[in-house]
Amino acid sequence: MAIECLVLGAGQEVGKSCVVVTINGRRIMFDCGMHMGYLDRRRYPDFSRISPSGDFTAALDCIIITHFHLDHVGALPYFTEVCGYSGPIYMTYPTKALSPLMLEDYRRVMVERRGEEEQFTSEHIASCMKKVVPVDLKQTVQIGSDLFIRAYYAGHVLGAAMFHAKVGDAAIVYTGDYNMTPDRHLGAAQIDRLQLDLLITESTYATTVRDSRYTREREFLTAVHKCVEGGGKVLIPTFALGRAQELCMLLDDYWERMNLKVPVYFSAGLTIQANMYYKMLINWTSQKVKESYATRNPFDFKNVRNFDRSMINDPGPCVLFATPGMISGGFSLEVFKNWAPSESNLVTLPGYCVAGTVGHKLMSGKPTKIDLDKDTQIDVRCQIHQLSFSPHTDAKGIMDLVKFLSPKHVVLVHGEKPKMATLKGKIEAELGISCYYPANNEMVTLPSTHFIKASASDVFVRSSLCPNLQFLGKNTDDNPWQFKDDRVSQGVCVMKGNEEGRVIHQGELSSLLRQEAHDVKFAFCFPVQLSSENRWTGHPPGETPPCPSGTCSLVLSLLAGLSSSPVQEKIQVGEASLQVESVRASICAREQCPYRVGDSQRKPELVYVCCEWTSKDSELAWDVISRMKSVVLTLPCSDS
Amino acid sequence: MTTVMELTCLSRGKGYYSPPCHVLRLGGFTLLVDCPLDLSSLSVFAPVPGGFGNGDRSAEGPVDATGLIRAEPWYKTVATLHLWDVSSIDVVLISSPMGMLGLPFLTRADGFSAKVYVTEAAAKLGLLAMNDLVLQHREFREFYSFDDSRFPRWMEWEELECLSPPLKETILGVEGIELGGWMPLYSAADAEDCVKKVQKLRYAEETCYNGTLMMKALSSGSEIGACNWTIEWIGRTVALVTGSIFSSGHALGFDCQALQSKDVLVYSESLSIDHVGSTEDDITHDSSPPRLDSLVDDASARSEEEERLNFICSCITRATEAGGSVLIPIGRLGIILQLLEQLSVCSEFTSSKVPMYIISPAAAETLAYTNVIPEWVCKQRQEKLFSGEPLFAHQELVKGGRLRAYPALYSPELLRNWQEPCIVFCPHWSLRLGPAVPLLRRWHSDPNSLLVTEEGVDAQIALAPFNIAEMKMKVLRYSFLSRIELKKITPLLEILQPKLAVLPEDLKEKVLFLNTSSTSISLAYYSLNETFRLPSSKDSSKIDISSDLVSQFQWKILKESNFSISRLKGNLVMRNGRPLILSRDELPPSDNNIPLMHFGTPDLPRLLARLTEMGIRGTIQGESECPRIVLIDYPEKAVIEVRKNSSCISAPSERLRCTIS
Repeated sequence: MAIECLVLGAGQEVGKSCVVVTINGRRIMFDCGMHMGYLDRRRYPDFSRISPSGDFTAALDCIIITHFHLDHVGALPYFTEVCGYSGPIYMTYPTKALSPLMLEDYRRVMVERRGEEEQFTSEHIASCMKKVVPVDLKQTVQIGSDLFIRAYYAGHVLGAAMFHAKVGDAAIVYTGDYNMTPDRHLGAAQIDRLQLDLLITESTYATTVRDSRYTREREFLTAVHKCVEGGGKVLIPTFALGRAQELCMLLDDYWERMNLKVPVYFSAGLTIQANMYYKMLINWTSQKVKESYATRNPFDFKNVRNFDRSMINDPGPCVLFATPGMISGGFSLEVFKNWAPSESNLVTLPGYCVAGTVGHKLMSGKPTKIDLDKDTQIDVRCQIHQLSFSPHTDAKGIMDLVKFLSPKHVVLVHGEKPKMATLKGKIEAELGISCYYPANNEMVTLPSTHFIKASASDVFVRSSLCPNLQFLGKNTDDNPWQFKDDRVSQGVCVMKGNEEGRVIHQGELSSLLRQEAHDVKFAFCFPVQLSSENRWTGHPPGETPPCPSGTCSLVLSLLAGLSSSPVQEKIQVGEASLQVESVRASICAREQCPYRVGDSQRKPELVYVCCEWTSKDSELAWDVISRMKSVVLTLPCSDS
Repeated sequence: MTTVMELTCLSRGKGYYSPPCHVLRLGGFTLLVDCPLDLSSLSVFAPVPGGFGNGDRSAEGPVDATGLIRAEPWYKTVATLHLWDVSSIDVVLISSPMGMLGLPFLTRADGFSAKVYVTEAAAKLGLLAMNDLVLQHREFREFYSFDDSRFPRWMEWEELECLSPPLKETILGVEGIELGGWMPLYSAADAEDCVKKVQKLRYAEETCYNGTLMMKALSSGSEIGACNWTIEWIGRTVALVTGSIFSSGHALGFDCQALQSKDVLVYSESLSIDHVGSTEDDITHDSSPPRLDSLVDDASARSEEEERLNFICSCITRATEAGGSVLIPIGRLGIILQLLEQLSVCSEFTSSKVPMYIISPAAAETLAYTNVIPEWVCKQRQEKLFSGEPLFAHQELVKGGRLRAYPALYSPELLRNWQEPCIVFCPHWSLRLGPAVPLLRRWHSDPNSLLVTEEGVDAQIALAPFNIAEMKMKVLRYSFLSRIELKKITPLLEILQPKLAVLPEDLKEKVLFLNTSSTSISLAYYSLNETFRLPSSKDSSKIDISSDLVSQFQWKILKESNFSISRLKGNLVMRNGRPLILSRDELPPSDNNIPLMHFGTPDLPRLLARLTEMGIRGTIQGESECPRIVLIDYPEKAVIEVRKNSSCISAPSERLRCTIS
């Protein structure tokens, strides 16, 4: 029984997330992403490692997609329609609704703008999405006989989820991207305290600890406000989904509060349509947004209008949301060409831009000119504002999650190698959890939890539930008595041949074995010295001493002899015997005691003491016997 | 952690509006399943109260307006539920929005501490329905001010004696014991409080009570948020199935897979009115084993339902074309949604200009809510989300101004926009509360107008206050599915294959297995207000043992009986409804304090042989009598005395003693 974790993508890098995990023989692919930085075959995960024969449907039990970003879902149509995987695919409702928008947008940009060969067609996307089974948060989905998956809220983007997968007793969580702090429209990631063998977590910000998002939001708003006050135009290049809605809510709210009348535009129908999805999926946003919906859907933006291409050079200030986010082409580039040369304008940049895009060039240093191609050069005089809030968790969030879940092992993906190494060290040192960060196409094999199945008898179960109260003594006046209920289950596990084990109470064993219980006792009869004045000279040896007071006095005398021993408190005095635990000592009056081994000659100065005990008190008995042997018995009054 | 299970049926229920109510005892816990109100009994009250006891009411003859009780309405809860100690309930399971209408009475009671589980959507719709009821009741009170300081006179025996027999039966129940169930309505704050106390679940979300009971709500198809339950504890499984619809036109369909092969299946829907029609006709079914998909994707049931909706739509359009108005007093969200859906594609309707009004305090919120819950609606509605359209067509109707929602009949906006003829959807179906009362009075003599009511409501009593003699309005009574059809219960059980199916008594004889050889389902029946003790299963509890503990086991193999035994010591914990024994780090793995146990009678010659092997010499004395004694003479003198059930070892030194034992 083992867990194998094969990292096909996002191993020591960000992009094309794809991890194939085998739990007790069940194989799940988590995410099926595409790398935006490559245009050759490196953009896709190396699927041939899953199944050399190419029969992916047989090789995988299911695919789970955590959210709609292309680096998590981008390769899915390729994998299902071109590579031929036809098994089940699971994602949340919003992810299923929004992924085709992202995929279609990407396909269009690739084919129409860059003139690239098509990797997959619109029909591919549509037929791929038909195979997707939507799941709700926390809904437990059974796949086959023993695989169970469940989604947990992850923040990050609308519909993002962490997935819990369980096979038999082994369980893992794959986080996808997540955010441990709520943002403008989404809540923080939420998960139950689960028993996990493995946690696979993203580590984009493995070493960064961020301050409050409030200040960073204010910086953004101030920059925008200053620009429009000065009559400038603000270009916000953004992806159609996620960030656009977040910033839009932020601006809409700000406009309302500051009573601004400057128009806010959306560039394309795409984002308007996306807003419609957001309206329907409002239950996946944060609690605050959900509550406000009763009166007005917060994705009905009051101040936002549609933008038309002809309005690019209209006079007067405005704010424009345009796709794509990294100004890699399309409408945002077109607007950028027009607006960049003016000093009063402002361009905001997302937190992360892929190398080669205009966005990336603007981020690195402060260029005054950008060469678009060999004929076109743009003068950049406008202001640049880089957004510093990101929907990823920071290092503290990752540590919090790992600590909360306390899995047996952690695998880091979706991050930069040096930072991952630092985080690994931190997790191992601070939390004592073994941690790995495999590179692409590397595999980590881990043992998995396995419980032995057995049946339990009712007597055993009842005995286990009995309180086992232990008195801890008096503590303080406020809390005078302290008890500990430390229940320990004790029983006997019985196996017959190769059948399932059975746990029973030890009292039931004899009936199960059809044998009667056999008590093993120990006995020993030994002489004790009688003090000289009490010698029963007048009595013939073996005759009963004066009864009953005589015996009792002898017992009391024995007791007095033991009074210095540590077991003193536990001694119970019977009519003619002393008992400590199972050790029972009495004055032996028999002439021929079978337990009197060796010399059995009665002597007047000796009284025989017969002891019996069970095996568990062997040591105690031996201790008591040796003490008794050294006692010299005296009678309080020598009766005549 | 007992394995005993008991079921008590407190109310058989009356279809959709008041689901059955049960108490289940299992694993030492008490679970209440649903807490409904019987709103149909509202019909004993007059919609327009005057002074009490005016006129010449007689206990004989048909019920008319004067025979009804003229007082502030009270509400009928499950009477026998009041016999239970509120504090003894551990868990409340709610299986539909209607199943929680009586819950505020419970949650506001002193000593109530149960955990209430309900699906998120049912909680939302349930709260909306409660608020609807509270506001309409308040409106009623405001119109006809009441003095509520005294105990209502209609509850006095002399007054009850004067009522006509059908009313008396409604109030007292068939057995005359239900008067105690009547309560004055709770307040809006009680309802709000109640919903705050519940734990909201998604479909198929696992939840665990006290580490012992694992519960799951599974979509039942009868309403948005309505569910069947599965409960698992110490490896035993129970399914609770109530009003379910296999293929629903609006709510997420019946989740069949998760109900399969349980130890016990409690089917709690009794035979009643909407079964009556089809009781005798087709209980027979072909002998081929039923298939799940044929049962669930029942095209004929679906098309029947659609035909019914089509027919209603055509009646509605005909009425409006003739210049009449249509009143649809209805409480079932699903029917409203489907009617709106049907009307929006009905060409005669869309080409006309007749406005539609939904008049209820919760109307606007309900309409908005239904469009943001793709996870709770049926597959064909979910497809709308994925193709980027609104889930329900009513959103377009609202945008186009054809459909308007108003909180009350007298709201100024409605008065400004009021147009006749029109179509009005409104509560309350009992025709005692809300806008239905004045509208019915307004339209009842218009032969072109149409009243659409539900089958199952006693029309004579319902319409009694509205001057039946002058009633010219057309009345269309429809019936809709709200439960599994009788003929489908048997095939359903054959598909679900529980070990034991527990059914209400009145289904006896109705559930038949044709080929008894192929089924191993045993059947049992329970009756109202009697505690039914389920036969406890013979299997012992399943338990998990952590592998590190097992690796510490020191196995001893018993040759004679082919047993291996080992002592086990650890912590018993309950995790997700399964007992689990974990190893304890603080304990030494092998503990000498536990006394050894010995079994059987030792075979003396073998014992002696073993001893000799260890270098101990001895002889057996006393061949046959008891006790038999083994005398040891080397290395020291010792005695072993063997009886049938006990032996005694006597030796002077501890070392020898240990060796012998």
